[in-house]
Amino acid sequence: MHQAALLGGLIRDAGHYGWEVAQPVPHDWRKMAEAVQNHVKSLNWGHRVQLQDRKVKYFNIKASFVNEHTVCGVAKGGKETLLSADHIVIATGGRPRYPTHIEGALEYGITSDDIFWLKDSPGKTLVVGASYVALECAGFLTGIGLDTTVMVRSIPLRGFDQQMSSLVMEHMATHGTRFLRSCTPSHVGRLPDGQLQVTWKDHTSGKGDTGTFDTILWAIGRAPETKSLNLEKAGVKTSPNSQKILVDSREATSMPHIYAIGDVAEGRPELTPTAIMAGKLLAQRLFGGSSDLMDYDNVPTTVFTPLEYGCVGLSEEEAVARHGQEHVEVYHAYYKPLEFTVAERDASQCYIKMVCLREPPQLVLGLHFLGPNAGEVTQGFALGIKCGASYVQVMQTVGIHPTCSEEVVRLRISKRSGLDPTVTGC
Amino acid sequence: MSSPPGRRARLPSHGSGRSSEAREALRRRLQGLIDGNRVMIFSKSYCPHSSRVKELFSSLGVECNILELDQVDDGTKVQEMLSEITNQKTVPNIFVNKVHVGGCDRTFQAHQSGLLQKLLQEDAAHDYDLIVIGGGSGGLACAKEAAILGKKVMVLDFVVPSPQGTSWGLGGTCVNVGCIPKKLMHQAALLGQALHDSRKFGWEYNKQVKHNWETMTEAIQNYIGSLNWGYKLSLREKAVAYVNSYGKFVEHHKIKATDKKGQESCYTAAKFVIATGERPRYLGIQGDKEYCITSDDLFSLPYCPGKTLVVGASYIALECAGFLAGLGLDVTVMVRSILLRGFDQEMAEKVGSYMEQHGVKFLRKFVPVMIQQLEKGLPGKLKVLAKSTEGPEAVEEVYNTVLLAVGRDSCTRKIGLENIGVKINEKNGKIPVNDTEQTNVPYVYAIGDVLEGKPELTPVAIQAGKLLARRLFGTSLEKCDYINVPTTVFTPLEYGCCGLSEEKAIEIYKKENLEVYHTLFWPLEWTIAGRDNNTCYAKIICNKSDHDRVIGFHILGPNAGEITQGFAAAMKCGLTKQLLNDTIGIHPTCGEVFTTLETTKSSGLDITQKGC
Repeated sequence: MHQAALLGGLIRDAGHYGWEVAQPVPHDWRKMAEAVQNHVKSLNWGHRVQLQDRKVKYFNIKASFVNEHTVCGVAKGGKETLLSADHIVIATGGRPRYPTHIEGALEYGITSDDIFWLKDSPGKTLVVGASYVALECAGFLTGIGLDTTVMVRSIPLRGFDQQMSSLVMEHMATHGTRFLRSCTPSHVGRLPDGQLQVTWKDHTSGKGDTGTFDTILWAIGRAPETKSLNLEKAGVKTSPNSQKILVDSREATSMPHIYAIGDVAEGRPELTPTAIMAGKLLAQRLFGGSSDLMDYDNVPTTVFTPLEYGCVGLSEEEAVARHGQEHVEVYHAYYKPLEFTVAERDASQCYIKMVCLREPPQLVLGLHFLGPNAGEVTQGFALGIKCGASYVQVMQTVGIHPTCSEEVVRLRISKRSGLDPTVTGC
Repeated sequence: MSSPPGRRARLPSHGSGRSSEAREALRRRLQGLIDGNRVMIFSKSYCPHSSRVKELFSSLGVECNILELDQVDDGTKVQEMLSEITNQKTVPNIFVNKVHVGGCDRTFQAHQSGLLQKLLQEDAAHDYDLIVIGGGSGGLACAKEAAILGKKVMVLDFVVPSPQGTSWGLGGTCVNVGCIPKKLMHQAALLGQALHDSRKFGWEYNKQVKHNWETMTEAIQNYIGSLNWGYKLSLREKAVAYVNSYGKFVEHHKIKATDKKGQESCYTAAKFVIATGERPRYLGIQGDKEYCITSDDLFSLPYCPGKTLVVGASYIALECAGFLAGLGLDVTVMVRSILLRGFDQEMAEKVGSYMEQHGVKFLRKFVPVMIQQLEKGLPGKLKVLAKSTEGPEAVEEVYNTVLLAVGRDSCTRKIGLENIGVKINEKNGKIPVNDTEQTNVPYVYAIGDVLEGKPELTPVAIQAGKLLARRLFGTSLEKCDYINVPTTVFTPLEYGCCGLSEEKAIEIYKKENLEVYHTLFWPLEWTIAGRDNNTCYAKIICNKSDHDRVIGFHILGPNAGEITQGFAAAMKCGLTKQLLNDTIGIHPTCGEVFTTLETTKSSGLDITQKGC
């Protein structure tokens, strides 16, 4: 859906590049949703086939522990199946949280579990939350032409570099997404005409306010799926705060034969590729004689907001917290993607920063890239950081011209210098 | 051996400290000796060659400062440092008025050619510290860096109009008739594809979208105009003298600049950098210069080229053919032998076959022999007669435009290099240099596309130019590293690479020492758009005898340039297959495919993708 929104931008660009498209071009939600859903269904099918090919038994049942080696599964119709195994892996993930204390939240709101499966356009939408899920959804909804508002309680993209997060939000705000900052909802109700009325409190002014929307999307966080597992029957311990399962470096829970991987495990990045790799490595250790542990450091990731944000390693705040301001050097640049020039796009938020140790050879601690194709740009540099890249080595790398990623190997201005970091010319 | 007249240099002893500081201190002392003496000779007291040189200067009555490396404690270190500064390991090592002349033979050659006398006469008598010939990426980078270091610098830049009469502003090939306009036209073509895709993603508009060549070209040319202006401005800001004239050496240290009107001026400088680049080659057949265009003309062509024949299979040929076809034109590529010479041939063939599947016609093993104009017009009609390279077969076809992209020639034969004795490779016109970019004439350097055996890429020229200025006028010793230079071919399906091609890797390391991992992949965005599965391809070549180090990286897919850059940085840091395995992918991207490469080519296993 992010791609659909990007294509909307490209259609607008196309005119500048000589394509004679009559603007504005309307968007049909149903058509997009159907295409996306068909693709997802084909993936579901593919996974089932793969399991079958590899002779993995697949049960479509909801499982909970009976004892430390036995789980009981309940099928849709209520039929129960008892299964026992030597090793058990818990990979139940998480589901979006609802603010159950808010009247009408559960009744009238939806979450990211629903948005991609809506048959009809969500219309004017209020997204509550400022997680990456919230911003990504708000971003593509705006991009396909919907009136979209994001309600933010405190800070955007908690855990991410805050300068980058502000730029992500700033970009969205200048491209049509509305933001209600320092606001929390208190009530959701349905009006006679079917629209939803939301009441909220603005903590800056101390005043209350209301607005009407077609859809309320809760994106205030995700809760691990551990409650219905009867973990206590198996003796598996969870964190009292997060309800996530406590694991060691081998992914083992408090019961040595029971493991937990992915979003359900405490302290792990909630990312698909980490879960995949953790799962593979666990299987190899259990049955393949391997002793390789999963390395959770320097996991790269990308937030697919309208202007994508890719990062790997430490945020500037984290680097300063760990090493001290005087030992950290940050190189940065505001740049303009070549394709933006002819398209007359605003590049005010296209920004890169590399967080390094100050002491030569200036080991790279973190890379943050805001711009088109951030995911593609970040991947290779994540490898570089894995190889222990220094600032000097990155600067010795010859650029690929003309790309956005070459700006990374041309970062010359340090924040400390106070010089203007705007890239000019070639 | 009689001792020539001359002061003995005394080196103050240096305190101990961290080795890098000590090195820096030593470098500074040596630079001080080089800068502070009219003639500085580093020699060894027992060396017969050193003695000959000393005698030569003695006979000229020139006072020299001599440092006998065998008579000082740190002679070995001095010699190592000299080899870093000058790329010359042996003694004697001679500097005259800060210019590195070389060893014994080079000094005697310089004496015979008159250069030595010229160098001895120097003494801030030149108009400039540095004159750069050519205002392209490399030349401008070098000039600006030298100016930042406080030197008096001039740039001579003059664009000789193409046979079709096209010329352009400051900035060289990349900005005016290279990377910049081609990437923008490539983007225009990609947008055509995006328009096509967008309907599948729910966007609704009339099916027939036409492309307007003039709108695109005007927008691109406006942007280029702003860049030209920006370059002029930044030269002015840095007080670099910019002269829009054609430079030609007339004698040592002296260049004649001729402007558009034929007015001549002469300038002298202590050092020169040749950065004149290359221009497209013509075939030398009937009608080529009269009727054909090249990449010099295409990007500012005031009319749509229509049905086009692209002659050649260089990356320029394929990129141009690719975007012209993407804009909806009827395009044929005439290929003499292989596609993308010098690139991995498996990748090259895949690039070609994708183009072929997307409407570009290929006429292989043919060369044009005659171009005839049938009709004038914008565009007109040209008849092309071509013959097979393998037999008597000939073909004849009518096109609106014929674009030649059969190679490029260095602009080195008409700049008076013979007048000062700068050697070029007579076959290809390229200038051989040592690893400090110095030509055979000590005060003349060369960077960019005119260099022999170096990659012809803008960022390489920029890097080389900057580093050269810093070595010449600053305190740096850093040389340009031409190894593992990444690049990307912006064909409809982009091809990014870094390091060795599979052929080259086999040639160097032997097949049995290599493991090639590869896979086809399907970008997520292509699935819904219903575009070709099992077309994008990723491949790495690993050296088994060196910890499975990645020595070749190849990707064919969207955004290949953006993907390749980071991997190039990683290769700089010694990337291995194990590290690829240990790194987590960014989902969902194309780049993540490299973190999950499992199938080796040698296994012969199927790499087609069936699902996600």
